[in-house]
Amino acid sequence: MSRADVCVVACAEAWRGDGPVLASPTGLIPRLGARLAQLTFAPELLLTDGEATLLHGDEPEGWLPFRAVFGVVAAGTRHVMMGASQLDRFGNQNISCVGDWHRPTRQLLGVRGAPGNTVNHTTSYWVPRHQPRVFVDRVDMVSGIGHDRGAVEIRVVVTDLAVLDFATPDRSMRLRSVHPGVTVADVLAATGFPLTVPSEVPVTREPTGTELAIIERLDPDGRR
Amino acid sequence: MTVLSVDDVVAELRDGMTVGIGGWGSRRKPMALVRAVCRAGLRDLTVVSYGGPDVGLLVAAGCVRRVVTGFVSLDSIPLEPHFRRAREAGTVELTEYDEGMLHWGLLAAAHRLPFLPIRAGLGSDVMTVNPGLRTVRSPYPDRSDLVAMPAVTLDAALVHLNRADRRGNARYLGPDPYFDDLFCLAARRRFVSCERLVSTADLIDQGPPQGLLLNRMMVDGVVETPHGAHFTSCVPDYDRDEAFQREYATADWATFRATYLDGDEDDYQKAVAAR
Repeated sequence: MSRADVCVVACAEAWRGDGPVLASPTGLIPRLGARLAQLTFAPELLLTDGEATLLHGDEPEGWLPFRAVFGVVAAGTRHVMMGASQLDRFGNQNISCVGDWHRPTRQLLGVRGAPGNTVNHTTSYWVPRHQPRVFVDRVDMVSGIGHDRGAVEIRVVVTDLAVLDFATPDRSMRLRSVHPGVTVADVLAATGFPLTVPSEVPVTREPTGTELAIIERLDPDGRR
Repeated sequence: MTVLSVDDVVAELRDGMTVGIGGWGSRRKPMALVRAVCRAGLRDLTVVSYGGPDVGLLVAAGCVRRVVTGFVSLDSIPLEPHFRRAREAGTVELTEYDEGMLHWGLLAAAHRLPFLPIRAGLGSDVMTVNPGLRTVRSPYPDRSDLVAMPAVTLDAALVHLNRADRRGNARYLGPDPYFDDLFCLAARRRFVSCERLVSTADLIDQGPPQGLLLNRMMVDGVVETPHGAHFTSCVPDYDRDEAFQREYATADWATFRATYLDGDEDDYQKAVAAR
């Protein structure tokens, strides 16, 4: 079992209990997580092949081109796990640019669907490198909105070190669990704002043998 | 309806126009038409696009004043290098919308509406960086505030489909129509390039009726440009040319331009085949 396997399971857990909604993972680890969830505890989840075909396990079950995805966004029957170049304590996210928007020091992707996602349905984030540069006091361009700006729900932020959530009175970020081998101090040092830390911080659960076998089957080349 | 050449299409465009480009990211882009616009040296264009190398090429060639988009990406290479460089150098203006807002803006234009209400954008900095954007209050009992997404009306639309007939009816054969029909409906002049021009009977025979994305009411000119979406994908005719895309993303612009863009479209296709 590797750290990546723990992250895959932590991502999968984000969709637990969602029912028949469209899971839209961005990136390899979230994608493995969503597929693992669908193959185990969340069989109702809908997933695409990354293009326009809905898949259940390995079998096609429907058609969902981009324009239909926008309809699903508006309907709210979707839970996306996006990337984040910057995140603040209320879950405001930036993938547009670094620096002043008018003349950025680094142009990134653009806001993509983040504004519409966060105002319509549940959103989670995957951060492959937990560092102060990502977890900032203030994001440079609010792409996905956080809880202080009217987000429907920012559920979890899964990183290479920990799982974070927003189970606090003001819905600001909290440490939910640390991955095996990671300390609370490691996470605090890698986070650029004060994080709520409960008195007992559990360790992120490890994959079961069955889950590990599925992950191995989904990613036989070990790209994770 | 006329069958045109890529240069005929460019001759219909003028400096300063707002041009919508179909496809998505680095997928089914009307690249032969884009290359022709670069060669013709049009200036000050406003380009509306779910952006890919169409935006990058036009920006690098100096044709663009403003980009209207939700993203610019090469898909397998996340950041478009020429667009990125231009933004960081401050040489291109940007209207940045949520992807769904852009969809809604095209839909409003297609329906001759001044705007359509949408939730996307509320609370985000899309409202800040587009100070002209307004919200509207629902006149119904919910009284909710929504973004009044303005119509994105185009002077011209450029799209690329798999098959078309001489009348301008056209079919996509891949899994996703993207928004090409909306780009055409939102535009005053509409040009479709295709992999193969076929008879109307063959066009009808090549798939189910719902794959006929465009009809001649929505199209002013059709161009046959085999491999005309290269190096973006045009499935099932061909996949993205990843090796070429890497070359595009890493080569010095002057070298790329001299190698691939100084001649005409035939020269381009020959240079691609010869590498």
